[in-house]
Amino acid sequence: MSRTPSQTVGPFYAIGLCRRDDNVLDPDGIELAGRLLDGRGEPVGDGMVEVWDAAGRRWGRSGTGPDGGFAFRVPRDCDVLETYVFARGLLRHQRTRIYLREIEDGVLAGLSPEQRATLLAAPRDGGLRFDIRMQGERQTVFFEH
Amino acid sequence: MTTAADPYEGPVVLPDDPSCGPEVQIDYPGYRSTRWRAPKDPLVTLPEELHRLDGPVFGESAIERSDADLTRQHEGEPLGERIHVHGRVLDESGRPLRGALVEVWQANAAGRYRHDVDRHPAPLDPNFSGAGRVLTGDDGRYGFTTIKPGAYPWQNHPNAWRPAHIHFSLFGRSFEQRLVTQMYFPGDPLFPYDPIFNAIRDPRSRELLVARFDLERTEPEWALAFEWDIVLRATPFEP
Repeated sequence: MSRTPSQTVGPFYAIGLCRRDDNVLDPDGIELAGRLLDGRGEPVGDGMVEVWDAAGRRWGRSGTGPDGGFAFRVPRDCDVLETYVFARGLLRHQRTRIYLREIEDGVLAGLSPEQRATLLAAPRDGGLRFDIRMQGERQTVFFEH
Repeated sequence: MTTAADPYEGPVVLPDDPSCGPEVQIDYPGYRSTRWRAPKDPLVTLPEELHRLDGPVFGESAIERSDADLTRQHEGEPLGERIHVHGRVLDESGRPLRGALVEVWQANAAGRYRHDVDRHPAPLDPNFSGAGRVLTGDDGRYGFTTIKPGAYPWQNHPNAWRPAHIHFSLFGRSFEQRLVTQMYFPGDPLFPYDPIFNAIRDPRSRELLVARFDLERTEPEWALAFEWDIVLRATPFEP
């Protein structure tokens, strides 16, 4: 059977997808926060980030605010989050990975140092910081899916 | 947001081109918001095992009783044509996906979303929130009751109107069965003018987003019915 094609979430997804606070994967976890930015470095204020800790089977979703900001509370023992990015202007969601610490990993090993840097969260203020750039010189690495 | 300083002079809708494949063209120029948001670097391949991960499972706790009937979430009834929307969630081999979370959201009958950013000067309906969620049954079936959403203007280009649609978000069993899409209504006269719909360049693939009017499932003296099956990618493991 032919797969149903994708369409954008549009600017109003929050009424359907952000009715609950889904951004806490682990209440005792560490804060992971960042901004979703477009190709001009402008905040994407109508985007959404979903993360999946496949090893620990914990899932979360955060809409972005006017400053492009998203935030999660994620397990301290998690190494990497499988991640989808949605937004107005994105006709299909994009897949990336957020590495919460540097690990030996076949995916990272196949990337240039510049690409690797886009996938690695940085410690900041007791939490972790991870910005997602849709385009540009420091575009986040997105994966085929 | 697109601005006057960021004009787009090209065609809003490109010609059909089945050679583009069945998926949507993510840098479709007529949909202006793609310009600074669609990634430009080539996608990187992942090891096979990362395409086979299972995904989150949502149980009944994700659902509230009123979630399957968007016409009964307030004191009074919303204005508009009452409709039943139903269908199956399947994988590419035709296997029904049980327990799939289906989330929907939509404009009201006047074409207005209950969202702060929506500035369309059409009335809000105090009896309509426009959001629901259901889980598929053992046979992959889902269904909900709502009102038919209106078309609305959206400023992408001069006199731009979106065809009436319901937004759908789906989780299957595997992580990569995730899908966000839109369901349209048969025979909408706005189809040829909508860059979001036409960003799927293959017309046969585009048709997969159009529901079928379902006379059998209409409820006499009460509601019209539309049927729409959703096909997610192959399940990469035995479910």
